[in-house]
Amino acid sequence: MTAITSCEAPAIEKVGAGGPAKLQLPSPPAATPAPAHLTGPSSTESDAAVMRPALGIIRPYRSLLAAMRPALGIILPPVVGLALLIGIWQLATMNGGSIPTPGKTWEAAVKLFSDPFYRNGPNDQGIGWNILSSLQRVGIGFGIAALIGIPAGFLLGRFATLSRMASPIISLLRPVSPLAWLPIGLLVFKKADPAATWTIFICSIWPMIMNTAQGVMRVPQDYLNVARVLNLSEWKIVTKILFPSVLPYMLTGIRLSIGTAWLVIVAAEMLTGGVGIGFWVWDEWNNLKVEHIIIAIFVIGIVGLILEQTLLLLAKRLRMES
Amino acid sequence: MDKFVQIEKVGMTFDTKQGKYIALRDIDLTIRKGEFVSLIGHSGCGKSTLLNLIAGLTRPTSGVLLCANRAIDGPGPERAVVFQNHSLLPWLTCFENVYLAVESVFAAKEPKARLKARTTQALELVGLGHAMHKYPGEISGGMKQRVGIARALAMEPKVLLMDEPFGALDALTRARLQDELMKICEATHATTVMVTHDVDEAVLLSDRIVMMTNGPAATIGEILAVDLPRPRDRLALAHDAKYMDYRSAVIEFLYAKQSHPLAA
Repeated sequence: MTAITSCEAPAIEKVGAGGPAKLQLPSPPAATPAPAHLTGPSSTESDAAVMRPALGIIRPYRSLLAAMRPALGIILPPVVGLALLIGIWQLATMNGGSIPTPGKTWEAAVKLFSDPFYRNGPNDQGIGWNILSSLQRVGIGFGIAALIGIPAGFLLGRFATLSRMASPIISLLRPVSPLAWLPIGLLVFKKADPAATWTIFICSIWPMIMNTAQGVMRVPQDYLNVARVLNLSEWKIVTKILFPSVLPYMLTGIRLSIGTAWLVIVAAEMLTGGVGIGFWVWDEWNNLKVEHIIIAIFVIGIVGLILEQTLLLLAKRLRMES
Repeated sequence: MDKFVQIEKVGMTFDTKQGKYIALRDIDLTIRKGEFVSLIGHSGCGKSTLLNLIAGLTRPTSGVLLCANRAIDGPGPERAVVFQNHSLLPWLTCFENVYLAVESVFAAKEPKARLKARTTQALELVGLGHAMHKYPGEISGGMKQRVGIARALAMEPKVLLMDEPFGALDALTRARLQDELMKICEATHATTVMVTHDVDEAVLLSDRIVMMTNGPAATIGEILAVDLPRPRDRLALAHDAKYMDYRSAVIEFLYAKQSHPLAA
């Protein structure tokens, strides 16, 4: 009961803050021009409403705008896209309801990130700690998966019999939702934390095994013939021929694995509790701080994006070297 | 050593999805030390298969191959191969590509400095001293093929095996590399077997030209000894009557006796 009132009360407050004037009238027209003239995604709707009377000032900047057109062509569409998202969000939420408006979420985010590393006991820690402990779980689970998955992939790629042996097992286990593995983890490890790590491990191992094996199988026969004619030792074959030619495949596997791991960690933490972004989402749901849930969605998305882009960059660099 | 490479009653049958495919039958050939032999024939006549058999990359289904009186039971650096598509490792520089070969042959008995000297020497021999530290992706097709030759020569092989080494190059680059190869072979007295489908290349470079019949079940049709004095000069030979005779003999074989399988 109390939770519901605390959720609705700020929504009403916001309408007052957005425009001090008579409720609906200024807001809808302001929402339409906003995406077109916004230059930074950070400006909120209420800012746009303030800027509106100053439209005439934009005209002298036309020539400058023309000069910047190529750059704008790249930057503008994504900015407009984001602005549209925020605009729709604003339109959908400004009449109240349980979802907070962008402005209110932004305020909450500023407050949240102004002190990301506080600790008030085990269940109340800053957002920074939550993100870091999720990353740590993903790192450990993924690291173990890489340590086992990549060599396993090499073996499966090199020995056809082994590959045929493993193929039914992999085909059977791969489509299983990682969360189905969580009870097994809890049973074996008796603790929530290693169980979450185990879930990450099991879901991120498959792409690495399969991509590495694929890469090994696709090593050009020419290179293997070179190895045979030069009479290279098995060590040299692995380090000078197999590893470099499998590397791009391996990196693809790693990228997919990390993506899956990051997807799964939220769900796993929701079920296991402790400190972590997934648990935090659940905790904020119990507190009915919906704006924090929305912030978490953005944070999860941004961290996932950073992980993915970092690996893409790494793969690109390695490819340029080879 | 008169019989350096001996090929006796060699046959090769592949198991394919459509059943057995006889690629080669009854191949008998002896190659002398220091001799340059070309294998010529239409596509699909099994000349590359024969080269792979000498290299030891494939094992014959019948018959015996010997090199310096020892049975060939697998590939090895004593029979170095220059591959059709150069097959350089793209993640190693030219130097490192050649060094890998040098290392695997000489590392047991020579210090590192000597191995490096050998590598440099081989690359300079093919005129690539200046591009040693470039990656294969940064040099032209002709240069890559020269690195491939340098890699093979650096191993000081008993036999140099070349599978259409200049097939993918333009005519001018090809002519220049042929001249270089002639010089190198004369300088090193390398025993060489080269697969080609270029008549001029075969006549210019070879001591003997082994002409193969069309597949399936291909075998040696005729062997032509090319008795032209060395060193050979392509400009002088262009109007040489003997050269023209050899050339027409090969063409006669290829286009009259063994007309192209598609035309037949």
